[in-house]
Amino acid sequence: MDVSAPPAGTPASFVSPGMIAPEPAPISTRGPIAWSRAHLFGSPFQIILTLFGLAVIYVVVPPVLRFFIFDAVFTGTGRNACLPEVIGRPVGACWPFIGAKFNQIVYGFYPEAERWRVNLVYLIGVVLLAPLMIQKVPYKRLNALLFFGAYPVAAYVLLTGGNLQLRGFLLSWVGLGPLVTTIGQAIGFSTGFWPDYVISALLVAAIAAAAAPVFAGSRKGAAKTALGAFVILGVVLAAVDINFGLPWVETRVWGGMLVTLVIAVTGIVASLPLGILLALGRRSQMPLVRIASTLFIEFWRGVPLITVLFFATYMLPLFLPGRFTIDGLLRALVGVALFASAYMAEVVRGGLQAIPKGQYEGAQALGLPGGLMMRLVVLPQALKLVIPGIVNNFIGLFKDTTLVLIVSIFDLLGVLRAAFTDPAWATPTTVVTGFGFAGLFYFVFCFGMSRYSMALEKRLDRNRRH
Amino acid sequence: MSADPILAADAAQAPATAVELIGVNKWYGDFHVLRDINLTVKRGERIVVCGPSGSGKSTMIRCINRLEEHQRGKIVVDGIELTNDLKRIDEVRREVGMVFQHFNLFPHLTILENCILAPTWVRKMPRKEAEDLAMHFLAKVKIPEQAGKYPGQLSGGQQQRVAIARALCMRPRIMLFDEPTSALDPEMVKEVLETMVSLAEDGMTMLCVTHEMGFARQVADRVIFMDAGQIIEMNEPNAFFSNPQHERTRLFLSQILH
Repeated sequence: MDVSAPPAGTPASFVSPGMIAPEPAPISTRGPIAWSRAHLFGSPFQIILTLFGLAVIYVVVPPVLRFFIFDAVFTGTGRNACLPEVIGRPVGACWPFIGAKFNQIVYGFYPEAERWRVNLVYLIGVVLLAPLMIQKVPYKRLNALLFFGAYPVAAYVLLTGGNLQLRGFLLSWVGLGPLVTTIGQAIGFSTGFWPDYVISALLVAAIAAAAAPVFAGSRKGAAKTALGAFVILGVVLAAVDINFGLPWVETRVWGGMLVTLVIAVTGIVASLPLGILLALGRRSQMPLVRIASTLFIEFWRGVPLITVLFFATYMLPLFLPGRFTIDGLLRALVGVALFASAYMAEVVRGGLQAIPKGQYEGAQALGLPGGLMMRLVVLPQALKLVIPGIVNNFIGLFKDTTLVLIVSIFDLLGVLRAAFTDPAWATPTTVVTGFGFAGLFYFVFCFGMSRYSMALEKRLDRNRRH
Repeated sequence: MSADPILAADAAQAPATAVELIGVNKWYGDFHVLRDINLTVKRGERIVVCGPSGSGKSTMIRCINRLEEHQRGKIVVDGIELTNDLKRIDEVRREVGMVFQHFNLFPHLTILENCILAPTWVRKMPRKEAEDLAMHFLAKVKIPEQAGKYPGQLSGGQQQRVAIARALCMRPRIMLFDEPTSALDPEMVKEVLETMVSLAEDGMTMLCVTHEMGFARQVADRVIFMDAGQIIEMNEPNAFFSNPQHERTRLFLSQILH
């Protein structure tokens, strides 16, 4: 484009003779030289930092590589393979130790003949989770339903063996146990559970129908909702009650990666919805809901996780009636989930506070009732804003699972520590190797979560770009 | 421009009285923000509300779809009286569309998703039908080609036109406009006003808080002037502009009409 040179000085009047075409940026601002000047050697201070960084890399990286790879022992069948005086060279990590203890690390003391059940749970988990995380795969709703609904039940049945032999439901609790048992036996059941369940379901539905007008709901709708909930619960209970012929495996013998993943996944999956409910509750207009949510959050945030675990494991049984026992792992699971949900609630509340009032008004003006407004307009935006905080909590929770060690639940770290005491593998580097492996395990999972959340943020953020 | 068949058909079905405010009073704490408001809006009537800031004009129209609650008096919208009954409030909101100063589009949804959200979830309209309706109204506001974009990718004027289309997708009988052009760059005011004019030509009942006096002259059946929470003067636009009766109205008009 022909643009005449601007006249010297500032003219009093000026008319642009034409639009100026864009030119490429000067060469000194592009390319590797410009990059290194901008990022590595821009100023004396930057040069010092760059040199310092190089020095740190030089000091840290070679010894780590030497210990874990170059000097490491990869094959062998006992401590002799990893003793410097036996093999006559400096020894780094003793990897055969991990190989020998690998089954224990993965399954804990889960009976060997039944370990295929654990593998199956891992496999189903991966098969269901992977497509859920990849955006392009269709059938997200069904996939989510399977992962969050069916999978936990299936995993429970597979891991424990199911076949709970349920005895009674609500009516047994109020002293009508013998009656329902009689009914049950009369129609061919060994226990009174299912007659009890059906009668309880009908009773609750009837109560819901009777109470519905008080809350401005329709009788039919309330009864339907109640019965629907009972049908779903019934399917779950039937699944854990049926005898699939799987031997019962006590949670006491679970261990290693299995326990770590069960606690972490349960905590993660339970804490998000619970946290969302608590956050909404804390912002509720109803004082009772607000106070209850606030108290819950402040209580669980106020006590250390160790205290929670101790209380759940050693104190709770003292307060519960004698015949009433809850599985030890389950108690820890509930403790971890409630603890994590209190933290999650505050993260989510932060997101809710960032949503402008106009979004609520826009939704209200369209006639969206409160629940839909939250679900479709407010929460999707609020949760997106706090993805970093949510994932931060997930990662923290994943690592906090190691605390169950102090209530005698053998998670990954627990079985490793048990393995350290094995005299057959007593070498100077066993402990470091074990912790190195544990570190790698936790890092892979936590870093994976971190990367996934960053990719997710980026994807969701594309929507906002101008 | 020929009348929109959907809007015209809807307008014909509405009750003869669209909105009725009888002795409406409202307080913010101790501050008396609406004082004894009486107003009847007939079907198809276009009303422009103006007045200095803080005069209660926005509050008044926000009471009509219960974004604000009134404390005394009676508001009847489309034959439904507004009370604390949530069901009735939602019923009224389904029939009353609203356009805000700051658009209030949902940034996480595309333009099309913004438009079909309420029809599919509140009116339970099948998705296909809702999309067709949305495209119809997006065409009416002249941006059908933006349907797949996100609000953040559109200019202010385009966003406001989407907001109008989104409100229309609920097939409202009454449209409320709360300073729809106040947040726009000057270049974009016209496109939004043109959309509103065409809506008026389709027979939509409209209450519009605005300082666009040209718009008021062109489409309003009545202009209302409010100050200090009261209706000071109400008249058809010609008389209102050429011969204002109240001292306060004259002062206001002399300040905004140059």
